Amino acid sequence: MTNTEILEQSFTSFKAEEHPVLKPLKEEAFRAYQKMGIPGVKHEEWKYTRIKSLFNKPFAIQQPAAVTENDLKDKFLPGHEEANVICIVNGRFSKELSRIFSDEIIIQPLEEAATNENSEIVAKYLGESSKQLYDGVHALNTAFFENGVFISCKPGKVVEHPVYVYIISDSRAGNVFAQPRSLVYVPRAAQMQLAEIYITIGSGESFTNGVIEIVAEQDCILDYYKIQNDSRNGSQVSNMQVHQVGKCHVHTVVITLDGGMIRNNLNVIMDAPNNEAHLYGLYFVGGETHVDNHTLVDNVEPGCFSNQLYKGIADGNATAVFNGKIYVKQKAQKTNAYQSNKNIVISPTASVNAKPQLEIFADDVKCSHGCTVGQLDAESMFYLKARGIPDKEAKALLIKAFAMDVLEHVKPEPLREYVFEIINEKLK
Amino acid sequence: MLKIENLHAEIEGKKILKGINLEIKPGEVHAIMGPNGSGKSTLASVLAGREEYEVTEGRVLFNGKDLLELAPEERAGEGLFLAFQYPIEIAGLSTINFIKASLNAVRKYKGLEPLDAAQFLKLVKEKMEMMEMDKALLHRSLNEGFSGGEKKRNEVFQMAMLDPKLAILDETDSGLDIDAIRIVSNGVNKFRNKDNAVLMVTHYQRLLNYIVPDYVHVLYNGRIVKTGGKELALELEEKGYDFIKNEFKLAEEKVDQPA
Repeated sequence: MTNTEILEQSFTSFKAEEHPVLKPLKEEAFRAYQKMGIPGVKHEEWKYTRIKSLFNKPFAIQQPAAVTENDLKDKFLPGHEEANVICIVNGRFSKELSRIFSDEIIIQPLEEAATNENSEIVAKYLGESSKQLYDGVHALNTAFFENGVFISCKPGKVVEHPVYVYIISDSRAGNVFAQPRSLVYVPRAAQMQLAEIYITIGSGESFTNGVIEIVAEQDCILDYYKIQNDSRNGSQVSNMQVHQVGKCHVHTVVITLDGGMIRNNLNVIMDAPNNEAHLYGLYFVGGETHVDNHTLVDNVEPGCFSNQLYKGIADGNATAVFNGKIYVKQKAQKTNAYQSNKNIVISPTASVNAKPQLEIFADDVKCSHGCTVGQLDAESMFYLKARGIPDKEAKALLIKAFAMDVLEHVKPEPLREYVFEIINEKLK
Repeated sequence: MLKIENLHAEIEGKKILKGINLEIKPGEVHAIMGPNGSGKSTLASVLAGREEYEVTEGRVLFNGKDLLELAPEERAGEGLFLAFQYPIEIAGLSTINFIKASLNAVRKYKGLEPLDAAQFLKLVKEKMEMMEMDKALLHRSLNEGFSGGEKKRNEVFQMAMLDPKLAILDETDSGLDIDAIRIVSNGVNKFRNKDNAVLMVTHYQRLLNYIVPDYVHVLYNGRIVKTGGKELALELEEKGYDFIKNEFKLAEEKVDQPA
């Protein structure tokens, strides 16, 4: 049976599930998937990322797995003990492995939230990212997710402990295709810190096609961190959309240090006047790793401020892609939108593709973008060597210096130290 | 300590140094002066190991070792220091982390243990005070946003930290106001002792009022054409480089003329 047939058949078995919100959403998504299929390299947005190759391998879809805390104990992030923990195993929210500290936080299975007091929010916002992320991969997640998670908190509250979301793939029994789905609702004047990390256990191939939709209300503050340091058999498409429905502050940092094929879509929809968003990214990859960051900042309303800084280091045979889009809609006067992407290619067999895109329909805006791809600066190298620092150490110092202005935006110290340590290890 | 014999060097096929001979002994201060384009900075760069320059002839012995065979970091380890004419700015690398990496690398080369935190900070404090540097600079990115004077002071600070055997100062006086020259010179003078040596490369005489040289060499067209005491610098200041140019152009033309 081909994977396409497996998907067809699996969907038929999901159909039995009757739900007034989820059922039509899933059916529509499945039709969209059937119509569009998996994007090939001719698809403009997937030109540099051959996502089809991941679909050519046989895999089990959303295979339930028995992961225990013991399997994970050396994989937890620093600060784990003090964090609210959400574990998603092979695409399914695991209540047993999750742990909630803070009273002010709300964590529920998504299917439950779709029927309880949060049903209005779910009905309104679940699936809206498919408008901007309209392709067969995103549609597959919507069609196939099961046991998603709904994350929220009480309005006006500061969630004291960060929320750590572990997206775990257990491929010990064979290749796994997982489709985790999360909806995060940050209500009015709330403050939340969210970190997502990907973990593969086992030697089978793991392919995680995740969607996280975040809705940010008036006066809220959201800090989001994504840390990708998975094994080479772990591949991901991570679709993330932040919808700023009220004037609020969003800060995201996406860090990719290891893994197989990685595609990160990050869309920020600035849908209220005077919104603010800061998007940072750091990728430092080697070996055969492929990392592709696609960002979209959509200025819908006037007076919004956004700043994007993505920096990358490509070593070994790694390939890295940055594609950053800024839309400024006609109504969005007084927009300030900045974007910068800087890359260092260390090895002759590594490559980087960088593509900024600005589409501006308003006339009173400040927008800028810049991309650089280069090598370590020869003058700086000579300066360090002339001070007695050997070649390898000099390179390591310059790479760390290069990464610093992204790293300093990882605000929680334990996370920043953790990332810094991984970078140090990579440079040894 | 340093013995340069018949040194020829070129960059991209262009001959810059055309047979330099120079010997520096411990305890001495030498100044190399010369008009723009005479090869002063090239000499400093070749000694420090800048790769763009190709040495085509001659040799350099540094404490008995063949200097030109050593990588730049090994030269630093052996005790050679170059204060850069244009110190490099490195965003994201703090001055303190830089000097720590540098000092420990040089110590490691010499077979010494790294300094512990307390010893290191004590040394940093002492040398910064000597250079009248603001401590806040330590935690700022290396040379980034530093004024011209702060950059040059930072170079001499690094020299004081590493305590080299031979310090080469490449136009360390350029762009400095009178106060900065005083501070920089003070740093160099405190560094001097009977076992180390200083080679100053400069266009102007004014630095030599503060750091008094034992020998002044005039570099012209890739060769040392005149050597004298500190009074030679004064003569140059008074007469300008034209007298050298005129004197040696004539001599060279004679040499270059076909028989």
